[in-house]
Amino acid sequence: MSLNIIVLAKQVPDTRNVGKDAMKEDGTINRAALPAIFNPEDLNALEQALRLKDAHPGSKVTLLTMGLPRAAEIIREAIFRGADTGIVLTDRALGGADTLATSYSLAQAVKKIGNYDVIIGGRQAIDGDTAQVGPQIAEKLGLPQVTYAEEILDVANGKITVKRRLENGVETVVAPLPCVVTVNGSAPECRPRNARRLMQYKRAVTPSEKAQLSAEEQAIVDARPDLSLGEWSAAYVEADPEQIGLPGSPTKVKSIENVVFTAKESLRLDDNDEQIEDLIKDLIANHTIG
Amino acid sequence: MSDNNNLIVYCEFDDGKIADVSLELLTKGRSLANDLGVKLEAIVIGDNLKNVEDQIFPYGADVVYKVEDKRLYPYTSNPHAAVLINLFKQIKPQVCLMGATSIGRDLGPRVSSCLHSGLTADCTSLEIGPHRDPKTGKEYENLLYQIRPAFGGNIVATIVNPDCRPQMATVREGVMKKEIVNPDHRGEVINLKASDYVKDEDFVVEIIDRHIEKSKINIKNSPIIVAGGYGVGSKENFQLLHKLADTLGGEVGASRAAVDAGFTEHDRQIGQTGVTVRPKLYIACGISGQIQHIAGMQDSSIIISINNDPNAPINTIADYVITGNVEDVVPKLIKYYKKNSK
Repeated sequence: MSLNIIVLAKQVPDTRNVGKDAMKEDGTINRAALPAIFNPEDLNALEQALRLKDAHPGSKVTLLTMGLPRAAEIIREAIFRGADTGIVLTDRALGGADTLATSYSLAQAVKKIGNYDVIIGGRQAIDGDTAQVGPQIAEKLGLPQVTYAEEILDVANGKITVKRRLENGVETVVAPLPCVVTVNGSAPECRPRNARRLMQYKRAVTPSEKAQLSAEEQAIVDARPDLSLGEWSAAYVEADPEQIGLPGSPTKVKSIENVVFTAKESLRLDDNDEQIEDLIKDLIANHTIG
Repeated sequence: MSDNNNLIVYCEFDDGKIADVSLELLTKGRSLANDLGVKLEAIVIGDNLKNVEDQIFPYGADVVYKVEDKRLYPYTSNPHAAVLINLFKQIKPQVCLMGATSIGRDLGPRVSSCLHSGLTADCTSLEIGPHRDPKTGKEYENLLYQIRPAFGGNIVATIVNPDCRPQMATVREGVMKKEIVNPDHRGEVINLKASDYVKDEDFVVEIIDRHIEKSKINIKNSPIIVAGGYGVGSKENFQLLHKLADTLGGEVGASRAAVDAGFTEHDRQIGQTGVTVRPKLYIACGISGQIQHIAGMQDSSIIISINNDPNAPINTIADYVITGNVEDVVPKLIKYYKKNSK
């Protein structure tokens, strides 16, 4: 049985490596200084999708992302690793969305793609760490959800069997298709780029990227339909303007503060025996240890 | 039961016990409900719920809803979500709190999506306060301030849900303190008929295998924590920290970087994405002190930082800073403790 698989992914600023140059003098974040990366757990999700494709020849993996037009970069990345195609949902009207407005918008795009068997995404994105979009898309589409997946064990007879990693154990569940699966970082890493696919698809572009190309380059893209990536607007996926972007977001950011910790006056010691023994004696004397 | 406008806590129940995180939220919920002048309610969904209210009332709950059905245990997403969605449509709480656990983080989004209410994940602080919409100028009284780190812990955002109810938030275990209000406090028990809230079709996902291990690691309640960061360098060097922890009668913790590098288990992670701890003594070994780590341990009574970088950010919040290599300093701590303790 071949499957129609949608992978949900996000291009995120690499918040794990916020260096000193990433903070501006006034203490706010200089987003431009942070590299934009493929959200790590979405790569784990892509790997699960590619494994399903390996096991079910003829399956199609479509990457769906919402963001700026440049998020097409992660579609190409996914194609180099084995995905078939991708769509970036991009529109100024989608800006400022909280998780609920994001989920609604993506659910509309999923409906537009249609005819899907399984939707797979990362558990959460590192710029928000909320883990809300997967379950909310499931609810919007009226589908069951399987969160914290570590391994998709089997797809057969319209059902999917998944091993889940919980904070205090593991669980294996069976859910009917179609359903939404979110994948944990503990799942296998994504396979690397395939050199042949890299050569084959390096010219894959969205319409707005294609418009930047020379006439000759555009002709190359036109000759190969598999080089055309989707670029969809909110109107194209028939999103209700009241439910997207800032107006569609029930949560509002009231204020943002930089994190400031109260500094203490520290006692500075060197790595010598005498000072360390004195410290231990002090800690024993004041009943901290012992 | 009509619009009650109260504050409700979803209580996780397993193995005959209400989860600690739920009791912590009841404690926080009690004080928020007092600020709002409303009742504190709790809901438990599962099986074998006899006398479960006895564990909840001491934390100050005024009402406990119980929804009992064999099929509601162990937890699955759709049935528990259906109960909350249908009950909330009926009683219209103004605030709903749940643990930011495997369950709460699976359940909360599903419920908030259906009710189109806002949900804020992993709050580190909750307060009640006014709000003025900067665009419309509309004034709101008594909103729930959902305060959480964002952007990898580099900023702290205060989130409000001005117009949608319930205002929903999840909080990780250990972030709030649990405290019994009155061991003899009693409230009202309301038994709800499961079939009024959940349909047979909601039971779509079947659990075919389940292994729940009680974590042997109990860093949250340990009075002494020896924590290692990326600077510890290897899994082998982490054994040194275990030696020190064993000698002092403590536990070993870790930063996210050390866990990501595979030096130690995920259960030991301290920080915004791990556990929050408040031990008597915190020995930070080779931890540079990313904000997200410091947020999970800054309330420790005494902090010792061992780092070969004299300018490691964590040193600014440490009581003692030992500049040196972990491999050299830790054996000395062990040696002189053994020599001086009786």
